[in-house]
Amino acid sequence: MSESLHNERRGENEKRLGLVVSGSLSRGVEVKLDSTTSVEDIAVGRYVTIEGEKGRFLGMITDIALDAIDSRLMTNPPEVSDPFIAEVVAGTSTFGRVHVQPQLTLGGDVSSLLEGPQSVKTVPAHFSVVKEASEQDVERVFGQVEEKQFWIGTPLDMEIKVRLNPTEFVKRSNGVFGKSGTGKTFLARLLLIGIVQENVAANLVFDMHSEYGWEGTSEEGRKVKGLKQLFPSKVAVFALDEESARRRKVSTDFVVEVGYDEIEPEDIEMLGETLNLTEASAQATYRLARHFGERQWLERFLALEGREELNELAKALGEHEATIAALRRRLEALRRLRFLVPHARDNAIQRILEYLDRGINVVLEFGRYDDITAYVLVANLLTRRIHAQYREKVERAMGEEIAKPKPLVITIEEAHKFLNPGIANQTIFGTIAREMRKYNVTLVVIDQRPSGIDEEVMSQMGTKITCLLDNERDIESVLTGVSGKSELKAVLSKLETKQQALIFGHAVPMPVVVRTREYGSPQSYKELGFREAIELKKEAEKELEDLWG
Amino acid sequence: MSKIGEIIEASTSEFMAQCYELHQPPPFGSLVKAREGEIEIYGVVCDAATTSIEPGRHPIARGREEAEEEDVFRSSPQLAKLLRTDFSALIVGHKEGQKLYHYLPPRPARIHSFVYVCDAEEVEKFSQSFDFLSILVAAKGQADELIAASLRHAAQAQPDPRRFLVIAGKELAVLLGAEPNRLNTILRRIRR
Ligand SMILES: Nc1ncnc2c1ncn2[C@@H]1O[C@H](COP(=O)(O)OP(=O)(O)OP(=O)(O)O)[C@@H](O)[C@H]1O
Ligand SMILES: [Mg+2]
Repeated sequence: MSESLHNERRGENEKRLGLVVSGSLSRGVEVKLDSTTSVEDIAVGRYVTIEGEKGRFLGMITDIALDAIDSRLMTNPPEVSDPFIAEVVAGTSTFGRVHVQPQLTLGGDVSSLLEGPQSVKTVPAHFSVVKEASEQDVERVFGQVEEKQFWIGTPLDMEIKVRLNPTEFVKRSNGVFGKSGTGKTFLARLLLIGIVQENVAANLVFDMHSEYGWEGTSEEGRKVKGLKQLFPSKVAVFALDEESARRRKVSTDFVVEVGYDEIEPEDIEMLGETLNLTEASAQATYRLARHFGERQWLERFLALEGREELNELAKALGEHEATIAALRRRLEALRRLRFLVPHARDNAIQRILEYLDRGINVVLEFGRYDDITAYVLVANLLTRRIHAQYREKVERAMGEEIAKPKPLVITIEEAHKFLNPGIANQTIFGTIAREMRKYNVTLVVIDQRPSGIDEEVMSQMGTKITCLLDNERDIESVLTGVSGKSELKAVLSKLETKQQALIFGHAVPMPVVVRTREYGSPQSYKELGFREAIELKKEAEKELEDLWG
Repeated sequence: MSKIGEIIEASTSEFMAQCYELHQPPPFGSLVKAREGEIEIYGVVCDAATTSIEPGRHPIARGREEAEEEDVFRSSPQLAKLLRTDFSALIVGHKEGQKLYHYLPPRPARIHSFVYVCDAEEVEKFSQSFDFLSILVAAKGQADELIAASLRHAAQAQPDPRRFLVIAGKELAVLLGAEPNRLNTILRRIRR
């Protein structure tokens, strides 16, 4: 938008758009646009104010339509090629209509100033005037953002900052959705930065494509800084693939190995889908564990050689030979994962917990193991045990007078692999999503196919941040259980293809469409508190100087 | 303000006047007014005709030998006395005291009231409201021609004629919401 237009918008007199002509509390109100307002200047997702008789309403435009005073006009259209006639019929014979979903009331009197915006309990009267919302109005709802506070983006055509309430945000599991390339990763990275900056929780990120910890890339192939570069003292990078980390010059804090002796039958069961295991083979793992012993079953099973040995084992377990043979074939896939060793030299779980305890955020990079098998295996395995520890700590804290652990936020991508309806009941991630913050652990799930996620899990999410989705089922699933669903649907499907998101839920006072904060420019890093090495050095020198006078 | 004629027939919705000058009625669609005591009655000229003063008798053609049309009257000066020009106006409002009302007056104008042509200033004042359009829309006969003519006429008195016509057009678009054909006809006749 041009500068002058922008100033006009900010002016005292917000532009009048039209009048309320009908509506209902559940469905929102219909607004007939003034003849001076062109439908082409309106966009879904924008905020408007409605001057009701008793109070002001703040609402969001959720649909835009063309209408005519008489349908016969359509069969005998006026000569709009003539500018005079076009000007006459615009807004009279033909006019624009917009649908507005009132979100909050902004009373004008003193008491409502104190109470702040309230939820909507009625609709504005007939012919109430509808105007573009001013930045002040919107800012009153979202609150002014202080210097040190984190903000996620700006509402459409406004320059104010939208902040997620950080404590509310980490209280429940949250979702980041959007089809491929819409900006989920950039958004999630910003969310993580927000959590680090506001210091409301420790993060554990399962970084499938190695883009959060040290360095990511933008679509133009530019490198963008990861968390560790911005907050070197607050972030530790764990790597599954040391080689790849070294090649990418990542300053790695710990190389993770997973021992065969740490893998439990449950972990294999979670891989059922990705390894294409039959139900019978998955169940056979439990028998194997009993047969060989909890800590040795996998190593010993993989060490068996030849048909004979396998058949013998099948007999001993009372399984079909084919079942055991198939299981063995499928599990061969694990050999490819070089981070799997008979026995790990160090205990990754303990290390992660130590860092988290000290309030240091942990990003686990997968390096070249960016396939779903490795991801699901490791994320499940580590999370199960970490969650168990948190659970124990919280339970102890309830009994004794010791502090609860700092909240933990676990971030996973491809969430439908962990939370699809078939397994959400059994996986640790399903448990965490459903139990909310009972044990101080919540999730940020990132997914491009939310319809693949269990409905109950979706409905338990506190805040959803969604970029453009165009699949009807995905849209449906993201909006399940949200009030004003069909209205938000229209907004969601009209988002821009990048860097725009609809946010709704506990961490925001009302649904909002934001342009996601720019990330990746030197200026953006600076605004997030990053200082170049030279600057840091200068500061240190200055401090020294000050010290010695 | 120029006196143009005198009322010879009047009702609350219309009046007819005879012009003082033969062949010089006020233009179709123009604004005229007459007085009734304290009330000034405004009308829009909706018809004009020149006829013989004796009903039933028609003039006969006289110009075969003449070179110019004017010569017909010059050769027979008595002719002008045998003909008359009358015009009718549809009443569109009135003024009582200083206040304008864009609806019908309480009483008809009196016979023999003088009729004046409104000057530009008065036309502009009167046309600040478009309420009179609903009277014209409902007029019998060639209402659409009349509306177009009166708006073209009133537009000349405006500082911004085009804007005036656009706003008038929008008013009509609402009044004629169910009659898009009529609207189109009028708009084509007033477009700029
Ligand atoms: N906030 C932002 N600041 C700057 N650039 C952005 C931002 N959001 C998105 N982009 C641009 O859009 C591109 C795609 O974003 P991103 O990689 O986050 O998409 P994605 O939804 O994670 O895609 P995928 O599903 O393929 O992982 C980025 O490479 C970047 O160029
Ligand atoms: Mg991504």
